[in-house]
Amino acid sequence: MNSQDLIFKTKNTWCPGCSNFGIDAAFRSAVAELIEEGMLKENFVVLSGIGCHAKISDYLNLNSFYALHGRPIPAATGIKLANPNLKVIVFEGDGDAYNEGIEHLIHAAKKNTDITVIVHDNRLFALTTGQYTGTSFKGFAGRSTPQGSVEEPFNPIELMLADKASFVARSYALKANHLKETLKKAIKHQGFSFVDVLQPCISYLNNTDFYNQKIYELGPEYDCTNLDLAYQKAREWDYSQNALKIPIGAFYCKPKLGYEKAILQGLTSKPSSIQNILSEKI
Amino acid sequence: MDDLSILIGGAAGDGIKQAGNMIAKLFSRVGKSVFVYEDYQSLIKGGHNFAIIRASNKPIAIHKDKIDILIALNQDTLEKHKGDLVIFDSGSCKYDKGIGIDMSAIAKSNNLPLIVRNVVALGALGKCLGIDFEYVQNVIKSCLKTKTEENIKVSKQGFDLAKSQIKFVIKKANNKPLLSGNEAIALGAVKAGLDFYISYPMTPASSILHFLADHADKLGIKTIHPENEIAAALMAEGGAYAGKRTMVGTSGGGFALMVEALSFAGMAELPVTFVLSQRFSPSTGVPTYTGQGDLNFALNAGHGEFPRIVAAPGDADQAFNLSGELLNLSWQFQIPTILISDKHLSESTFSADIDEKKIKINMPKMWNKTGEYKRYAITSDGISPLAFPGDKDAVIKTTSYEHDEYGIAVEDAASIKKMMDKRLLKQKSILKELKKKKLVKVFGKKNSKIAIIGWGSILGAGKETAEELGIKFIQPLYLEPFPIWQIEKELKGVKKLIDIEMNSTGQLAKLLKANGIECNEIVLKYDGRPFSQDELKGRISKIL
Repeated sequence: MNSQDLIFKTKNTWCPGCSNFGIDAAFRSAVAELIEEGMLKENFVVLSGIGCHAKISDYLNLNSFYALHGRPIPAATGIKLANPNLKVIVFEGDGDAYNEGIEHLIHAAKKNTDITVIVHDNRLFALTTGQYTGTSFKGFAGRSTPQGSVEEPFNPIELMLADKASFVARSYALKANHLKETLKKAIKHQGFSFVDVLQPCISYLNNTDFYNQKIYELGPEYDCTNLDLAYQKAREWDYSQNALKIPIGAFYCKPKLGYEKAILQGLTSKPSSIQNILSEKI
Repeated sequence: MDDLSILIGGAAGDGIKQAGNMIAKLFSRVGKSVFVYEDYQSLIKGGHNFAIIRASNKPIAIHKDKIDILIALNQDTLEKHKGDLVIFDSGSCKYDKGIGIDMSAIAKSNNLPLIVRNVVALGALGKCLGIDFEYVQNVIKSCLKTKTEENIKVSKQGFDLAKSQIKFVIKKANNKPLLSGNEAIALGAVKAGLDFYISYPMTPASSILHFLADHADKLGIKTIHPENEIAAALMAEGGAYAGKRTMVGTSGGGFALMVEALSFAGMAELPVTFVLSQRFSPSTGVPTYTGQGDLNFALNAGHGEFPRIVAAPGDADQAFNLSGELLNLSWQFQIPTILISDKHLSESTFSADIDEKKIKINMPKMWNKTGEYKRYAITSDGISPLAFPGDKDAVIKTTSYEHDEYGIAVEDAASIKKMMDKRLLKQKSILKELKKKKLVKVFGKKNSKIAIIGWGSILGAGKETAEELGIKFIQPLYLEPFPIWQIEKELKGVKKLIDIEMNSTGQLAKLLKANGIECNEIVLKYDGRPFSQDELKGRISKIL
């Protein structure tokens, strides 16, 4: 399997030079390698929300479920419950994950559904031409907040740790290999996995230089099973403009039995008759 | 007596619902057809709760206001209701006539909580009607799985303290199960192959979730209670995409939250059945009381135009059949279907006459693996063959965007029109299929020049009113597609048409008018209470 084989015959309409190409390419490489390692192509299902990121559903030669804004996660849970053999991967924008559908993110992590959520975090709404989201910095002057947003951003890494997500990572759209390896780990992880992918938006918020200067990788010595350490690392950057340095990598990783397995335990076959239930009522 | 109405009342926490169920079972086991109306408030303890249990020798689906026997577990019940014969707990209420039994003292002397007064009352009622205690004892055994012997003992004390008062003909048990509308909805869907019932609790839909969760192991299904109604609808859609039969259930407020997902199901052609159990609304409304205010909502919910099927059963038998039919139709046509119930149908109990063989799993149109798979392939009936993820020969792409045959977003004029036409073609196929079915029920005097017309849970009151007044009652079971061709046939020779509804604007009457049928009179009720048999009959008699 070649990562080129995972491109669907669709005209791509992302802006030339968009960092979504980086995420798309890294994801295809990750999936191609996972297929080489034995996973079945037909068992992959990708979902997306609505926004620039979401077009990835149309671009991938994989089963896809192009959902509503903010709503792919519950659909992914439904798919995983219906067929636990499927590898279910959700793409969302920060507008989907941290604004419109944040309750689904929080509950999927709490449930520990064995799905992977990849957030294309450009920290603004792009397709609607530039408005602030949950991870936009204070003072961000978008079209709905021309004087600058008065809200502080929240830290999705800290949020997911507090929510008991069993795999919490951050990566960067412009670090192809790091992103590919992080996505592979996330997809292989048993339980809910979350990857916040920082990405510059070349049209509305090109913070490439900022990220290139601040980002560093958590090294091989980092112990991702230590929750206290994970919080400490997560708090090195609060998604403001005042970053000294921004760690990327898997902050926390602790495999855990998936929600769907717990739910489906003891599922019996369907009876040919409901007469015994009706008899109870006589 | 061949038609008897009992009202038992007390506070929340007095076991009124349980008493209602036991009395209903007692009547069923002596050969009567039973209907139970539950009236309770949105609170956990205190307040005023009552149940009306009607038993009859003929099939019934509605209660009467005229009460033959009033059973009072508190003073409130005596002040709010009247009955020809009164049985009361003399330990907690004062009344100068009737049969006073110190039920509180019986409970205390046996060191049992006050809730057992309900079985003391059951014993006393059995004696009043001349029913052998053995029947009472067996009902307690079947309904109370803990402290059974203690309950039987106090019930016998109540039985012994009462006197036989009413001549009541005891017949052979009819062996009809007592089912609430919600239980019938649940079982109908199960027979049509339900895999997952996904629901966020909301009265009066919650008991579908509770009943299925309780019986999941016996039925081979799973129930899911997600974070909210939006999640419920999307989970159901995800499950359907991956090949499992899913149903969601809620009341008006929850359905409002599901509306975006409903429109998605229309566009993406995802088969999901939505149960909308109406409460009195708008908004939070009156959660434990009934209404029929959501007909327009169910017919019109969702942005854009897409095919749907909407049906409204009126009793447990219809609820079972229509729930199963809608789940099957969802899969046959890959559309959202909506089953409308209301508090009155969902939470009332009926002597059900269910033929489980009527509902079978109808297989959907599946892909035969020839050529390249296209999820939205254009076909002669508008229905594209299905394949599910995990199929190595197919890439299955579904989307909320307007799309091409592969399921890829499109914006060009020709593609947009082509796919709208494809879905409109499904509408035609639906109509063709439904024209084979009887979508309208008729009761009473079939050749009467006067007809009443109503939908949903008004069935019980409408049917008996028509039978007793010698007029015709027309009940459309399906509301979308609106079976105007069958209604017109039934209206031949009818000179006066009266619309009956439990809402304030006559939504069915407006729907009829939009289809060219004018109602001569409109009889409405919108106080959260259903039309009883006597109330509707009285209102109709006045305008005949």
